[in-house]
Amino acid sequence: MSGPLLTLAGVHTHIGAYHILHGVDMAVPRGQLTMLLGRNGAGKTTTLRTIMGLWRASAGMVTFDGQDITQFATPQIARLKVAYVPENMGIFADLTVKENMLLAATKASHARDIDGQRLNWIFGLFPAVEKFWDYPAGKLSGGQKQMLAVARAIVEPRELLIVDEPSKGLAPSIINNMIDAFSQLKAGGVTILLVEQNINFAKRLGDHVAVMDNGRVVHRGSMAAFAEDDALQQSLMGLTL
Amino acid sequence: MSNTLTASGPAKPAVDFDWKPLLLVPVLALLVLPVIGSPSTWLTLTVAGLAMGMIIFVIASGLTLVFGLMDVLNFGHGVFIALGAFVATTILGVMPGWTASPELWRNLIAVFAAMLVAMAVAGAVGLAFERVLVRPVYGQHLKQILITMGGMIIGEELIKVIWGPQQIPLMLPEGLRGAVIVGDAAIEKFRLLAVLMGGLVFVALAWVLTRTKIGLLIRAGVENSEMVESLGYRIRRLFVAVFVVGSALAGLGGVMWGLYQQTVIPQMGAQVNILIFIVIIIGGLGSTGGALIGALLVGLMANYTGFLAPKVALFSNIALMVAILLWRPRGIYPVANR
Amino acid sequence: MTLNRLLSNDLPRSKLLTAVLLTLFLLLALAPFIAPGVNALSVAAKALIFIVLVASFDLLLGYTGIVSFAHTMFFGIGAYGVAIACSRWDATWLSLGLGIVTALILSLLLALAIGLFSLRVRAIFFAMITLAIASAFQTLASQLSEITGGEDGLNFRLPDMLASGYMYLEQPIFGVSISGRFLTYYILFFAALAMVLALLRIVNSPFGRVLQAIRENEFRAEAIGYRVVVYRTISSVLSALFATMAGVMLALWLRYNGPDTSLSFEIMLDVLLIVVIGGMGTIYGSVIGAVLFVIAQSYLQDLLKLGSDAASGLPWLAALLSPDRWLLWLGVLFVLSVYYFPTGIVGRLRNRAAKL
Repeated sequence: MSGPLLTLAGVHTHIGAYHILHGVDMAVPRGQLTMLLGRNGAGKTTTLRTIMGLWRASAGMVTFDGQDITQFATPQIARLKVAYVPENMGIFADLTVKENMLLAATKASHARDIDGQRLNWIFGLFPAVEKFWDYPAGKLSGGQKQMLAVARAIVEPRELLIVDEPSKGLAPSIINNMIDAFSQLKAGGVTILLVEQNINFAKRLGDHVAVMDNGRVVHRGSMAAFAEDDALQQSLMGLTL
Repeated sequence: MSNTLTASGPAKPAVDFDWKPLLLVPVLALLVLPVIGSPSTWLTLTVAGLAMGMIIFVIASGLTLVFGLMDVLNFGHGVFIALGAFVATTILGVMPGWTASPELWRNLIAVFAAMLVAMAVAGAVGLAFERVLVRPVYGQHLKQILITMGGMIIGEELIKVIWGPQQIPLMLPEGLRGAVIVGDAAIEKFRLLAVLMGGLVFVALAWVLTRTKIGLLIRAGVENSEMVESLGYRIRRLFVAVFVVGSALAGLGGVMWGLYQQTVIPQMGAQVNILIFIVIIIGGLGSTGGALIGALLVGLMANYTGFLAPKVALFSNIALMVAILLWRPRGIYPVANR
Repeated sequence: MTLNRLLSNDLPRSKLLTAVLLTLFLLLALAPFIAPGVNALSVAAKALIFIVLVASFDLLLGYTGIVSFAHTMFFGIGAYGVAIACSRWDATWLSLGLGIVTALILSLLLALAIGLFSLRVRAIFFAMITLAIASAFQTLASQLSEITGGEDGLNFRLPDMLASGYMYLEQPIFGVSISGRFLTYYILFFAALAMVLALLRIVNSPFGRVLQAIRENEFRAEAIGYRVVVYRTISSVLSALFATMAGVMLALWLRYNGPDTSLSFEIMLDVLLIVVIGGMGTIYGSVIGAVLFVIAQSYLQDLLKLGSDAASGLPWLAALLSPDRWLLWLGVLFVLSVYYFPTGIVGRLRNRAAKL
């Protein structure tokens, strides 16, 4: 199949009494990196959570690899090889780095069962994960946690990697680590969907861009074209750029 | 964050255990020693308190995990305590040859048989309880409290229908009666067994929680159940399993409690429930280690005040809870995100 | 309209509900004339007491959304306040008044302490902590026998003007003798009426609206700028004070108080059940629920006995239907009501009226 890996068609999401998503339409092409941009409160995080089934769409359809997953429970979606890193990173602070990694490896029951080659590759991308292997994850710094969160998400091969604001609060050197990691993953055929506020990060990585405002996708196109069009950036994202 | 690791730090695990709460139990025990005066009385009371504490821990461990994992506050937990104890009266009742035997191993087999059956029955009823009562009210605290409290009443009344409303004696088998004399202090044999059993349950729980993947999942789920689901695990199945095991443990604790008191009444569940609540609040909702320390404190406190000032025994535990919460408002070992 | 103001603009909003409320009002107002028998009048008095007790609990459960298991503790404090004062001192109005005031102050302080402590720590602790405290209090009350009379409780005398032997008129009116008993009933009646109206006023005041906002969404209420802890604590204190007054009414009527009469956990369960059946968050629901419940309690047990006798061929069924197992059926009813009937009688009636 060569259509997009993930599509959202007219997705509405309510959280309690609040109507957050007002008909989101977007597509995430296979093997490429899509950036989801937008102001605070535009509905980016809600969109990711709706894809993961953490909020249930009240209308519309989410399709993954040609399959309607709108009504799927979160674990079912995860088992389609979709990995999600939430904005707060979702690190289990009471568990060690090793235990965090082990939990993400659904087929492993001990750390020694984790694919060693893949683990070494991850250690290469994020040395901190190896260095602090036996430490409680709660003791890591913010940047180290972010690295662990992404490392955990890719401990097994994934079809789709969804990350909410990977660059948030990171030092520039770590941002370079991240960019390197995402590039290598993409080269390995993984489809990636990132939410970003940092336009420079987005420009260096993105193939495609979708911009949200008020619970809708208001612009879709190639990242290259978007990056060059200052006026469009200005009108869509305001002063944050 | 002050205790963040730096990239240049040593790559060895930092042993940074929060040890202060561990001192609470010995400190409490030593503080009352001069108040009680006689060391032999003190020893008897302390062993009794530790035994009671261990039994309470066995009961409370399931409840605290159930709360931690799914944010479900089960007011009906006490029903499994009473159920376990009453099943034990029946099982021991049909094994008179084994309980009256002078051979200790036969006595122990009778007691263990009663415990196993009690756990099985309590676990099975727990499964039904979760399905029928708890499942429809996930995420609604108010209704959970009301429904599980309703379940508690129904359970208690059904126990009265089956076993009658009256108090029933639950005699210890021949070989477990009586006391061991240590110096001047008489220590009842069963209390030693209870400490041993409670210790075993704690070690087994600790092993499962830290050394197995299921245990990791439970601990991770207590911290952030949404993330566990995002990693592809069905937290509800895990929760049902924990609920059933928790109910079975309450059943086991009920047998031990009944043997400790040597009588059982249908209302015992509600009575013990109150102690359990104090324990899990003290320990930090969702924390097994906290529940152990809380249980030992409550057990000791109950025995010391039972000796010194019996009328205020329950208030002393409430005062203990207040003191702990003033020190750590979320309990001894607060669980992240809870 | 005066009536509208009296009801704080919180009208029944359903014709059937209005009719039911009016009927209950008239029944209770004229009970001494309609049912002059001792038992029937006691049922009416008990209904009045439960109306206040349940309505005050609804302020907490229905309007504020927190569960307390210590409501009967305050009920008991009110009853013990009167009982202890009137049994230790002479049966004068002064001792009665002192007993009531002391009880109210004790309830106020206790409720304040519990509220500030447990609501500040975590709202979910409230249910557990109140359960523990209520249980400890009950044990204490039965053990301090020099003060409380222990398990036996206290019998006491009230001022003569309230005694059933004290006649105000030589001739009965409509066949009813105008005695101290008659006066006591009407004291209870007007006290209950005043307190229900006061509670209506509270829940419909700006304060009551904030409570409901907290119940609906604690975080939003806090974000808007309301100190949630303060509002919850005030609500639990008010609720405790009304419960104390219900306890006073109980003591006035029974001239006796003991742990089982006012502190038992069974009463707590009754109150919970009535609130749910009547309709959480509606003071009217407490009124209807309380009256229905008191009547049902007086007659349902007879019904169970009939069933049990009829089922004597099947021992297990007979055991299930035994009047001693009345709590079992109460529990089942309770669980079913929470599931299938969460808005209670008043909610149903109002929904029906809104649809028509």
